[in-house]
Amino acid sequence: MSAAPPFVDFKDVWLAYSDELAARNDFAIEDITLSTRDGEFIAIVGPSGCGKSTFMKLATGLKKPTRGSVAIAGQNVTGPLKIVGMAFQAPTLLPWRTTLENVLLPLEIVEPYRSSFKAKREEYAARARKLLATVGLQGYEDKYPWQLSGGMQQRASICRALIHEPKMLLLDEPFGALDAFTREELWNVLRDLWTVQRFNVILVTHDLREAVYLADTVYVMSKRPGRILATRQIDLPRPRDLEITYTEPFTALVLELRERIGSIRKS
Amino acid sequence: MAAPTTAERYAPLLLLSAILIVWELLCRGLNVSDYILPSPSSILVALVEYAGPIMTNAWRTFWTTMIGFAISIVVGVALGFLIGSSKFAYSAMYPLMTAFNAVPKAALVPILVVWFGIGAGPAILTAFLISFFPIMVNIATGLATLEPELEDVLRVLGAKRLDVLLKVGLPRSMPYFFASLKVAITLAFVGTTVSEMSASNEGIGQLLLTAGSQSRMPLAFAGLVVIGAMAMAMYELFSYIERHTTAWAHRGQHSS
Repeated sequence: MSAAPPFVDFKDVWLAYSDELAARNDFAIEDITLSTRDGEFIAIVGPSGCGKSTFMKLATGLKKPTRGSVAIAGQNVTGPLKIVGMAFQAPTLLPWRTTLENVLLPLEIVEPYRSSFKAKREEYAARARKLLATVGLQGYEDKYPWQLSGGMQQRASICRALIHEPKMLLLDEPFGALDAFTREELWNVLRDLWTVQRFNVILVTHDLREAVYLADTVYVMSKRPGRILATRQIDLPRPRDLEITYTEPFTALVLELRERIGSIRKS
Repeated sequence: MAAPTTAERYAPLLLLSAILIVWELLCRGLNVSDYILPSPSSILVALVEYAGPIMTNAWRTFWTTMIGFAISIVVGVALGFLIGSSKFAYSAMYPLMTAFNAVPKAALVPILVVWFGIGAGPAILTAFLISFFPIMVNIATGLATLEPELEDVLRVLGAKRLDVLLKVGLPRSMPYFFASLKVAITLAFVGTTVSEMSASNEGIGQLLLTAGSQSRMPLAFAGLVVIGAMAMAMYELFSYIERHTTAWAHRGQHSS
């Protein structure tokens, strides 16, 4: 690890969803300690209900840890973090807004864009169009979400998460509902965005190939209560292409992670 | 759903004509007396013959209903907003509201008469009381069924509750709102008519009662036709507004 301060820094974090649960020692996640370098892409994998989404809520400040501390960019997290963009398995676009208007939504809310939104709308719209073009949504800016395919909606959703140039992108199984081909296409979309912008990424996923393909570091979580069971650096060379997923080192990594998850199931 | 074909568009008219023809034929063929069941033609005669008084009474029913309905939109939307955006208000009010909604509104008319006297007051209030509930429930449902992920996305950006309500909750509940208006307007007409039957000297309800007590069945049926036509016209008006303001909720009418 380099000497630079970590970007995401979880120290002995425990979280129970209520005081009663805490008193009964019923935690959603337990004893999570992890830290990432600035610009690192991490993936969290694990079985259903392992507290991956809880982890996301902690990293964004939507929940406060019951014990331990969470710091992002050197600051203790005490409330919702505005330097974060989020995208989920469901694209959650607003059906009454066009793709462009959906992508602009964060700028209507987050400062400093909010106060200048009316005055600079053209400028922001141009920025959104550019971002949409980089994910291949040129010509769809003025379509409504229900006129787009699932994969296109998810691209738009990722653009919405990135429009305010957040330092951190949180993705909760963003490609889970897509077919295999679209999913792999979007891996590359995400890879390219990240390569250019170097935001921090926390990707929560069930898909081990996805995690190994995209991430610098993969964390394996146990089933509830969620703990980090293993940390695996992925030292596959970048830039990575889809061909790499058919190579021996790649499959060996996937298999290794798969076995760790398998042993969780049995225990 | 594709745009309705010509056949679909005229289907209601065809059905209505078919019913009227069968009705007319049955009345004539079986020689049914007008005092039992007037034929469509004698109802039409009554409509023309009493056009003056029918118009006066229909106008009265119409504007009382509209005032009651306007009140119920204001109150329904306000209460819907309240219980849809606050869990506490929801749990406090919902059981009471349900109980209130179960009370037959006709039973309230005598009480309203004591408070407001015979006239427009009870009719307006009955129309209001009978029709605000679906509006309230629909607004509340629209607000309460917001996707939690979407709320997270906005909250992380530092959105205030009001931001979430205005940017997402309100537009999202519009289709529910218009759907409820269509139900509520027909209910409002029921409320006004019921109230007029016992607490008014004017209105279609009063006309129905008078005609009935004098056994002038064609006139009574003419009253029913008028009230049905008014409710249907208002229903169509609201579904027209609905189609043109919340087209996004009826996806597929444009393309898919």
